[in-house]
Amino acid sequence: MREALLTLGRDALSSVRDLAPIVLVIGVFQIFVIRQSAADLAPLVSGGLLVVAGLTLFIYGLRMALFPVGESLAFSLAEKGSVFWLVLFAFVLGFGTTIVEPALIVVAGEAAQVAAEAQAIELSAAAMDRYALGLRLTVAVAVGVALVLGVLRILLNWSLPAMIISGYLAVVLVTTIAPPEIIGIAYDSGGVTTSTVTVPLVTALGIGLASAIRDRNPMLDGFGLIALASLTPILFVLLFGMLV
Amino acid sequence: MDPIASTARIVLDSARDVLPIAVFLFLFQRFVIGQSMPGGRRIIVGFVFVVVGLACFLVGLEHALFPLGRLMAKKLTDPAFLGTLATQAAHPGWVQYYWIYLFAFAIGISTTLAEPALIAVSMKANQVSGGAIGIWGLRVAVAIGVGVGVSLGCFRIVTGFPLHFFIAAGYVMVMIQTIFAPKVIVPLAYDSGGVTTSTVTVPLVTALGLGLAETVPGRSPLLDGFGLVAFASLFPIITVLAYGQISVLWERFTYARQY
Repeated sequence: MREALLTLGRDALSSVRDLAPIVLVIGVFQIFVIRQSAADLAPLVSGGLLVVAGLTLFIYGLRMALFPVGESLAFSLAEKGSVFWLVLFAFVLGFGTTIVEPALIVVAGEAAQVAAEAQAIELSAAAMDRYALGLRLTVAVAVGVALVLGVLRILLNWSLPAMIISGYLAVVLVTTIAPPEIIGIAYDSGGVTTSTVTVPLVTALGIGLASAIRDRNPMLDGFGLIALASLTPILFVLLFGMLV
Repeated sequence: MDPIASTARIVLDSARDVLPIAVFLFLFQRFVIGQSMPGGRRIIVGFVFVVVGLACFLVGLEHALFPLGRLMAKKLTDPAFLGTLATQAAHPGWVQYYWIYLFAFAIGISTTLAEPALIAVSMKANQVSGGAIGIWGLRVAVAIGVGVGVSLGCFRIVTGFPLHFFIAAGYVMVMIQTIFAPKVIVPLAYDSGGVTTSTVTVPLVTALGLGLAETVPGRSPLLDGFGLVAFASLFPIITVLAYGQISVLWERFTYARQY
């Protein structure tokens, strides 16, 4: 119990540390540049507290439930060495972790709102929800595919630079034919996915695999997964924009 | 919508989001590995924490932090705030938005310097390189990269230049640098792009971009508002590679002076 509280406290502290610089910078600008009264800072403080509490519980829960199971699964599957199950696991892991990524939920909702206001899609709650969910599913599938590619790369020893460069060439090509209104969202989705939930589990998968197979460097191979996971969402969201 | 109903909806949505991964992990554990979940009750409690936490986070973000990001962008681009010069011209020049660039730079720098993941990575890099890569040097390089990236991204929104030109030019730059930079720094540099975009920073930076595109005359949020996150993930790669190149040059310089 005492240990649990200590961990919770540590998580809370790190959430505060995430948010403190933002609150500080906004506060300084509000007071000294825009010259607003301190009373207007109330929503910043209350919202900030809610964000800190939420992020703390979220990460604490992840550490309690998702991370240990995910890590032990990654290791036992890598040891088992069945390519089919590894590939399936990689896809599910990428997909599942991306769907719960908080930053992606927020950004997809915002993208739907903006698209509706610009009349790119119908201005109704149902249409917006559909668009936001479609966007999230697209990114989730993209991350799943990235992890599958990354696992195959580790197993079959494909060249990472070649994959990355051809990936970005594909992005450049598709950008020229994609509708302009999707480009910004697509390029942003690459950075959105590599945060809280995905990175620890993906790293565990990469390290588990690389240490189960001989002659692989755990650091380098774990890194390759993340690099791929920030590339494929760009491509997939561009394609999503062409279809919608 | 009243706050209680909307909160209940967000909690339900969060539960729906978390469920698939929980079910999949359970099935894998049960049928592929052939073991029951270790510590089943702990895991259920953990998932409840995840759902409640996610819901709190989203409510806080949607009702306070996100509107605030937009508000800052609006206030700092308000013609009344920019001064008389701006109100006279229908389209104020991009120079007049200097407070926005400064704000973006400050947000980028401060959030990156406080990022725990980056501190851990820097210490590791310092160890691996035998002290050639300084802990503070790397952190400052990444922070400047993010600050300049977000700032330049705001400049792009104000001027309306196409996003993919900047990104393509950035990646060409990265490729050229990769050829000349010391090999130790390369994987680290590529990684630093992803490390910096944390769960709190991404929504705020997105809100800033959208707010900016809404207020600057002639810009549309849909066409111009996004892209700041992409800038924030690209520029640290460039500055970290540059940091590696500069430290090698510096070493050569001091070496040449000594002998």
